[in-house]
Amino acid sequence: MEKPQKLKFAFYWAASCGGCEIAVLDINEKILDVIAKANIVFWPVAMDIKYKDVEAMPNKSIDVCFFNGAIRNSEQEHMAKLLRQKAKVLVAFGSCACDGSVVGLGNLWNREKIFERAYFETPSTRNPERITPQTSFKAPQGELELPEFYDTVKTLAQTVDVDYFLPGCPPPVPRVIDALDAILSGKLPPKGANLLFNKSVCDECPREKKERKITQVKRIYEINDDFKTCFLDQGVICMGPATRGGCGAQCLKANVPCTGCGGPAPRVADQGAAMISAFASIAVDPKVIEQVVDPVGTFYKYSLANSILRRRVIRE
Amino acid sequence: MKEIVINPITRLEGHGKITIFLNDEGDVDEAYFQVPELRGFEKFCEGRRAEDLPIITPRICGVCPVAHHMASAKALDAAFNVEPPEPAKKLRELMYCGYFIYDHTLHFYYLGGPDFVVGPDAPPEKRNVLGVIEKAGLEIGKEVIKHRAYGQKITEILGGKATHPVSACIPGGFARPISEEERREIERMVRSCLEFAKFSLKLFDDIVLKNTAYVNLIKSEAYTLKTYYMGLVDKNNKVNFYDGNVRVVDPNGREFVKFSPKEYLDVIEERVEPWTYVKLPYLKKVGWKGFVDGPENGVYRVGPLGRLNAADGMATPLAQAEYERMYATLGGKPVHNTLAYHWARLIELLYAAERALELVTDPEITSRNVRNKPGKPGEGVGIVEAARGTLIHHYQLDENALAKKVNLIVATTHNVPGICMSIRDAAKALIKKGKVTDGILNMVEMAFRAYDPCFACATHFAIGRMPLEVEIYDSQKRLIQTIKR
Repeated sequence: MEKPQKLKFAFYWAASCGGCEIAVLDINEKILDVIAKANIVFWPVAMDIKYKDVEAMPNKSIDVCFFNGAIRNSEQEHMAKLLRQKAKVLVAFGSCACDGSVVGLGNLWNREKIFERAYFETPSTRNPERITPQTSFKAPQGELELPEFYDTVKTLAQTVDVDYFLPGCPPPVPRVIDALDAILSGKLPPKGANLLFNKSVCDECPREKKERKITQVKRIYEINDDFKTCFLDQGVICMGPATRGGCGAQCLKANVPCTGCGGPAPRVADQGAAMISAFASIAVDPKVIEQVVDPVGTFYKYSLANSILRRRVIRE
Repeated sequence: MKEIVINPITRLEGHGKITIFLNDEGDVDEAYFQVPELRGFEKFCEGRRAEDLPIITPRICGVCPVAHHMASAKALDAAFNVEPPEPAKKLRELMYCGYFIYDHTLHFYYLGGPDFVVGPDAPPEKRNVLGVIEKAGLEIGKEVIKHRAYGQKITEILGGKATHPVSACIPGGFARPISEEERREIERMVRSCLEFAKFSLKLFDDIVLKNTAYVNLIKSEAYTLKTYYMGLVDKNNKVNFYDGNVRVVDPNGREFVKFSPKEYLDVIEERVEPWTYVKLPYLKKVGWKGFVDGPENGVYRVGPLGRLNAADGMATPLAQAEYERMYATLGGKPVHNTLAYHWARLIELLYAAERALELVTDPEITSRNVRNKPGKPGEGVGIVEAARGTLIHHYQLDENALAKKVNLIVATTHNVPGICMSIRDAAKALIKKGKVTDGILNMVEMAFRAYDPCFACATHFAIGRMPLEVEIYDSQKRLIQTIKR
């Protein structure tokens, strides 16, 4: 029988890849501690429960909802609003919910351009009648509905009020465990807190900084990496200085520069702007930055939707 | 007319919705399987740096990021006209085997397996991994958690991160050579995974194959589709996950075509339907004839059963013996029984462990020679087998090595026409005269869980408590029946 004092958790995914769910499974046997202290009342990836059941729950009856994924369509917006209503505490879980992540790069285009590529232009697609998915379609047997695909990707906090943020793509497993421990022991920080570390990826990186001045921007495959010198010292863009840590600099330990999935570093409002300014300070000449071939995709890979840029204005 | 909607379909990765229409007699008129989501990777990958594509595209799917990472790496090798050194290829394939171990374990024990191990008629709160543990024993439950974690750990050591690995982002190479100490740690885990794979096949034997009712269910008409099959094969036509040519066999098991990655556009075409965000692929030379099976229609299936059907065998001895046993039991090749996907998946789990052991004990695996110099950027196609089937990445790069055009055909997408038909057939066979019970709806869902569908892909633990509720409406949209389980 369920004991009434157990906490109630819900997990939901919007426009996301499922990697955040895997990060929860990756706590491994720790999940047994979680279910000893909490009931999971909604988790579409893993249990048989439907939207109607959530709608029937009383308001604020879920203690903590972990919401991953960005808001890309009408169904995701609806679920965000519904779960906000049902949950006492709403956690933006992962880079998509916090900052839009790579899905947010869709804001460089709009629905029309994205559909055009996916449904008309791709070389394996044969679509002479130029059919696109419709929000409502009258099939011979009855009407079929699809959610509406929006022009703009939004973060969770641009859609509803959010209590905590746990960024990362996916959030690092040790930080997921920290967050669950804090919740289960009732020791959550003040509302609005970020549950990663209050330091940058550079603070966790084992590579040696040589404080060289950058004269030329290089690509990762153009250098002879010695496996120990700071990538920026080698002229390769690394997002470490502008990115929040807590991941243990895992990518750097695999000899690949940080691409910024932890979102803006502490006290940084705009991750891309912060990186551009960090870069300018270590280049021999600020003009060196013009050598960066894809500045938006490089500096705002995970944070475009949550940046001062938000989206590209498309005029026909 | 009545309408039944199952939304979301639980215990699969990604989102999906089934709508079933009944006719006036209460029999199934038509069933639609809809994917309600699109993210648009093929558009927003345009303009990105080549080396960012193996970082961005794994975010298509967090369950199989290693597959996208590797397809992307191979597309970049081709686009930069560079072959990685042998040790780099072996490290990539070792990481890939780790991914298969984790993914197939996840599906068999957490997602699809509960239907069989606990049983399709079991109450929903038992049809999950905890139910599996209850039936098989707590010690076994711990082994399941341990070996799924081992698969992830192997990827983490080699890839930097288990979910969204990074180390194959360098065309012609691998960023992360391993030390002898790391090699030993991986070998220890792989040996344990090999024993676990053997155990899993025995469990399948004891619980499923020794139960006549289950075997009859596997063989039943409701779960049979006679389609073409596709999978990557090595030079001996044995199943290969990482490299080779793609082979297609017809519904009689004869080779229909074998093609190299760069020829994929000669073989595959995709169509668009107004009622779903996912595209529907078919064999171009056979054509699309609708949701019907048989040799006249270009519908093909991929994934574990598709691969085994498309190949002549397995490249490792224990997996080969199991392969022969499966075909002997189910009446020869090809096997058209959709529920046999589960068995094929376990045979592949065994192959992944055996192959990983070969690689991790290879003297070259700790070599530091892991990179070759890329050539000039151009166009390239990379194909690997994801756990759920053939995965195609096709890139055109400009002179600055920025992506000009990107085309992706992901594993689950190939199976969408087959999934639509399997759901419809199961619904038609099981729902009669308006009689819809909980067990029947679960058996409709089972039809597609067999494919381990991953709709995070197609759009670019399990603690069950709450019941499924299905509402049935009449033609005036009045609620006439509510079924709870």
